[in-house]
Amino acid sequence: MTPKRKKRLLLVLVIVAGVSGAATLMMKALNENINLFYSPTQVAAGEAPLNHTFRLGGLVESGSLKRDGDEGLTVHFDVTDQAESVTVAYTGILPDLFREGQGIVTLGKLNSSGLFVADEVLAKHDENYMPPEVAEALEAGHKKGIEEMKATQGTEQATGEKG
Amino acid sequence: MIPELGNFALMVALAVTVIQATLPLIGTQRGIANWMALARPAAQAQFFFLSMAIILLGISFVQDDFSVRYIATNSNSQLPLIYKISAIWGGHEGSLLLWTFMLSLWGAAVTWFSKSLPAPLTSRAIAVLGLVGIGFLLFLLLTSNPFDRLIPAALDGRDLNPLLQDPGLAIHPPMLYMGYVGFAVPFAFVVAALIGGHLDATWARWSRPWTAAAWAFLSLGIGLGSWWAYYELGWGGWWFWDPVENASFMPWLMGTALLHSLAVTEKRGAFKVWTVLLAIFTFSLSLLGTFLVRSGVLVSVHAFAADPSRGVFILMFLGVVIGGSLALYVWRAPAIRGGGQFESTSRETLLLINNVLLVVATLTVLIGTLYPLILDALEMGKISVGPPYFDSVFVPIMLPMSFLMGISAVIRWKADRLSRIVQVQRPALIAALIIGGALPYLIFSETSIQLSLSAIVAVWILITMIQDFISRSTRGKGNFLQGARSLSRSHYAMLAAHAGMGVFILGVAFTTAFSVEKDVRMEPGSRVDAGGYTFQLDGLVEKQGPNYVTTEGLVYVYDKNDQQVATLHPEKRIYTVQNMPMTEASIDEGLFRDLYVAMGEPINNSNAWAMRVYYKPFIQWIWMGVLLMAIGGGLAATDPRYRRVARRARKGQEKS
Repeated sequence: MTPKRKKRLLLVLVIVAGVSGAATLMMKALNENINLFYSPTQVAAGEAPLNHTFRLGGLVESGSLKRDGDEGLTVHFDVTDQAESVTVAYTGILPDLFREGQGIVTLGKLNSSGLFVADEVLAKHDENYMPPEVAEALEAGHKKGIEEMKATQGTEQATGEKG
Repeated sequence: MIPELGNFALMVALAVTVIQATLPLIGTQRGIANWMALARPAAQAQFFFLSMAIILLGISFVQDDFSVRYIATNSNSQLPLIYKISAIWGGHEGSLLLWTFMLSLWGAAVTWFSKSLPAPLTSRAIAVLGLVGIGFLLFLLLTSNPFDRLIPAALDGRDLNPLLQDPGLAIHPPMLYMGYVGFAVPFAFVVAALIGGHLDATWARWSRPWTAAAWAFLSLGIGLGSWWAYYELGWGGWWFWDPVENASFMPWLMGTALLHSLAVTEKRGAFKVWTVLLAIFTFSLSLLGTFLVRSGVLVSVHAFAADPSRGVFILMFLGVVIGGSLALYVWRAPAIRGGGQFESTSRETLLLINNVLLVVATLTVLIGTLYPLILDALEMGKISVGPPYFDSVFVPIMLPMSFLMGISAVIRWKADRLSRIVQVQRPALIAALIIGGALPYLIFSETSIQLSLSAIVAVWILITMIQDFISRSTRGKGNFLQGARSLSRSHYAMLAAHAGMGVFILGVAFTTAFSVEKDVRMEPGSRVDAGGYTFQLDGLVEKQGPNYVTTEGLVYVYDKNDQQVATLHPEKRIYTVQNMPMTEASIDEGLFRDLYVAMGEPINNSNAWAMRVYYKPFIQWIWMGVLLMAIGGGLAATDPRYRRVARRARKGQEKS
């Protein structure tokens, strides 16, 4: 091999080794660190995995925020998409913009008794801001509500006609 | 009246920029000297009118002109003066105006500092900057005009986002944008050279100081942003792998690769094609960053607006710039002659590995940032990529790169022998292994493999840089001082930037491993231990600020011997206009540790508060390292060598 070819071969080898090494690392890391998003309706339908980290988002239900005694920093609150709601437990300091009625996203795990134990609570620093996932979940929840209403009305009408 | 003038200034700027972008380009192609000569005055006029626009916007802010929509949304009559001024770039429209203004500033700088360059190249480069300018001015005028009126006018403004009411954030965007936009200059030179077909080593020499300057600004901007997040967000973190942070970090990584590749192209004439590609990619990543942040596609604090027309405009612009320059590249690149030869053990190879690692690092960040967006666009589910992804991918790439930094100063161009390098660096390596390996244990009495590895690499970089400085300074005939003075400024730049990386790694490693973070319930009189210090909450007082009310805590910190070492005043503010609560952390900074207290919320309306208490060892080293890197960039940009070369080139021109 001429020195020039040798150099080229080296160059190609360095690049191939670098890229393939990085690609393996990346795919492995990506697979381990992706957090899926679920809405309260999806959680209620049992679509969300148990004991596996995912993100849950929705509105903090009014009047649902409770502190466990005076000593600890654990709070409980319900996250809703207006159709279903999930109770969240969180120990720590809530973000500045955490309020009842506010759209939030939490990161944590669902335990077998249906309680979502959050490691992180995110509320964005803009009172008008709605996380896009939450907006979509709310919309879906709203639609579901309307459909259910229509369905019940439909059955009422049907029974009415019968009677 | 003033907003109309500002609007008018923007339109005139657009007209001037159209001239700047077209006539000089045609002039150089057809050999019409007058048209070619238009480039400089046009670029300076663009700068003049954009300065006018930004000053007029500033005046409107100071005068509380709430008939301007942008001001009504981002200011308030009670806002302190300094934040009325920094509010110019506190929102979407204004930050785009700042972007465009910075671009015109860089364009004007090119006209001031490139008098010695061949006229066709400069004219073309200025015209390319004009083309980019047209895109941004159109974007401003069509979708995001900061001078748009609000009818009827608001009685008072909705106030600047309280998060942005901070001195750190007043200067963070200008620095960051100077860096972002600065990469337009090497990009413009590359495109100009591609159009002209003259891609020689001289082109690299001209681009180097500009790239270094942009890189230094970007380093400062990112550093300031990280520092701001640390003390303003109240979480005590310094980097979150937030998509917006990534948007600024990607051009930085690629720009670092460009900086090193330019060195090879200038000194050895090699890597030409590669350097051209890097210049294009670096600026493309700056534009991509702008798209990510400004189009509102990201779930982030920074995405002020979610207006699809804006996103589509930037995306199209991105396509034109990247597609156009890559097409030009494909067309012209085959004409570029391969440069100097080098052996497998040589500085060229080292820099090649550096480039590969940096590009791979950029790609990993890019994929982690875009993956959720792509999946979402394809309706394959909503996901987010967590910081562990970036950490676990980034560290394995950065460790070998940092290790190679330790031989960067001694390895020779063209050909070297591994045995020689090993021989020269063996003492340093042994010292680094011992000192670095023992360091975490000596300071914190515990260590882990990853921690020791990081410390070894950091110490290795620092030792080799100091060793290089001493050996080069004593090599000559004169004494040490004379020797030190004879080293080139570029060499000091390299030493400073690399040492900065060493300091940075130490900071990151120690902070990550030994920070103590506690969320606790505290009431007046309670004490909490963290990292060998005792924090005592003494009391709480209510206070009134200019545009907020605040609850201020008084916290005394004692060391192990019960000596008081710090008094902290954390605050919980309520900004009255938006009724927005804000945490103002209080930090006692030190070379070896920060003591950090932030207030959470009151518990059940009692006197007790949820509080965050942090002990953060070595965290200031992170920003000291970044500062050193930026100083390195500044030194490289101002090396008198470039001016000497320029003077020689001018003389040569005059003779011929």
